[in-house]
Amino acid sequence: MTAVTAKTAGTSHATLRALVRNKLALAALILLALFVLAAVFAPLLAPYDPNAQDLLSRLQPPGTAGHFLGTDQLGRDLTSRLIYGSRVSLLVGCSAALLAGILGALIGLIAGFRGGWVDRVLMRIADIQLAFPSILLALAIVGFLGSGLWYVILVLGFTGWVNYARVVRSEVLSLRSRDFVTEARAIGVRSGTIMRRHLLPNVLAPLATIGTLHVASAIVAESSLSYLGLGVPKTTVTWGSMLSDGQLYLGTSWWIAVFPGCALMLTALAINIAGDVLRDVADPKAYRR
Amino acid sequence: MNLLRTIAGKIGGALLVLFCVATVVFFLVRISGDPVKVLLPPDATVAQEASLRASLGLDRPLFLQYLHYLGGILRFDFGNSLFYDQPVSSVLAERLPATVELAAAALVIALVLAIPAGTLAALRRGKSSDTGVMTGVLIGQSTPPFWAGILLILVFAVGLQVLPASGYGGIEHLVLPSVTLAIYSVAMIARLLRSSLIDVLGADYMRTARAKGLGELGVVLGHGLRNAALPVVTVIGLEVGSLLGGAILTEQVFSWPGVGRLTVEAISNRDFPLVQATVLFFAATFVVVNLLVDLSYTFLDPRVRVRA
Repeated sequence: MTAVTAKTAGTSHATLRALVRNKLALAALILLALFVLAAVFAPLLAPYDPNAQDLLSRLQPPGTAGHFLGTDQLGRDLTSRLIYGSRVSLLVGCSAALLAGILGALIGLIAGFRGGWVDRVLMRIADIQLAFPSILLALAIVGFLGSGLWYVILVLGFTGWVNYARVVRSEVLSLRSRDFVTEARAIGVRSGTIMRRHLLPNVLAPLATIGTLHVASAIVAESSLSYLGLGVPKTTVTWGSMLSDGQLYLGTSWWIAVFPGCALMLTALAINIAGDVLRDVADPKAYRR
Repeated sequence: MNLLRTIAGKIGGALLVLFCVATVVFFLVRISGDPVKVLLPPDATVAQEASLRASLGLDRPLFLQYLHYLGGILRFDFGNSLFYDQPVSSVLAERLPATVELAAAALVIALVLAIPAGTLAALRRGKSSDTGVMTGVLIGQSTPPFWAGILLILVFAVGLQVLPASGYGGIEHLVLPSVTLAIYSVAMIARLLRSSLIDVLGADYMRTARAKGLGELGVVLGHGLRNAALPVVTVIGLEVGSLLGGAILTEQVFSWPGVGRLTVEAISNRDFPLVQATVLFFAATFVVVNLLVDLSYTFLDPRVRVRA
């Protein structure tokens, strides 16, 4: 166990060093911190209620007094909407990645450790899951069951487990015959305990990498659903629904679509950069490439 | 004999996946509520509900409906669309050419851009051209298709006014949607090709090829790219799913009359026979592409054949 703890600590130190060395990664981290702060402190930071309409100041361009990023077609303040929109993105991205990660780790551990027909059945289910484009499944479920934040999180969580499961399974397959596992087995440690105490800590690093990248794809998936009008209800501000509103006014008021689009892209970019750094640290072989 | 059995096993596996998808879709649509209630106005009488239910075949036991549905799939008969009041297969057939056109154009753009970019990055590893390509890759992978589409519309349709913002017809309508759809694939293929090629560049047969006096271009094209292509092709197969998802969004952004937009419309209209068929269509596309990738691997890579 101590060896494992030391390894984890070493990884986090190495991550920190890699981040400081890499200016791009540091910029990404600062951006992410701002994003999280905006989401958490939205009510304090937003100058207006994001849904408050002011029909007298519709379609104001950025830089208008009182409306730094301008207003939309109903006179709603874009700065406030952008800040509140980050809440949905953060909540959906993190919850979906966490749910998918737990599910995928569990399935991967069982498939890799048990092997045999259990492994074959689970991996076949993974194939079937992959055959559904996840956005399509999400569309169908949300479209038919109704829209809502929790539906979106559940759908993205339950459709995103395959990557985690595959990576955990292949790690477990290579760990299974290592001494510390065979010895634990020999002295009669129960399978569940072996998976929890000996295998899980060793697959946490790849799990964290996939999880980070999955946060970005879940954020993009949520905004895709909201863009199509099938995600979160209209009363909740999301970057995706802001984009779909803004597309109607591209000819006259570009700012309605451009700001949420940039926010979405920068967030995804920052998370992807952070994920790449994590991967490089977790897999030094890939780093040297 | 062994090879035949491998191929038969792969085809069987693909059919099993499709069967499961068909089953999941059927029951998913059934648990989502009574379509009759959605289709009729709230003040419809019980008799009206009963007659619609009978005409849709929804009055029969669920299991019989399921068998009927599976039997229909085997004959490419997906029932009638509730919204278009036509056979689903003909609605689908009408929209299919637009999606094929979009996907083909995007694939060509993706390959034309990604192969040189990935090769350049691999050959100039660590130099500024590599950094440039990898930065582009990172941005491409972080840009959702609908945002890319909106940006392109803003620049080329609203700003420069050189291309139409939506619609279907001549080649000028195809440019923005196909570039939008291609962006993610360009990034993905370039990145994969780069790392795959870097792995290959140090291989013994590359040194041999150089030693026998082949020019650098011949070495890279003839030996490097050929060997680096295999892993790339496999991952492209797996990424077809996100490509199809991208097609749904791209078609929505540009009002492109393809299967993706049809799917979104069908879901909004609660047109459940059409939803079943479009979801099956996307799943079948994914499964068939991956089957082909898998089979081509069996033929192209002797090691896989021997192991099988």
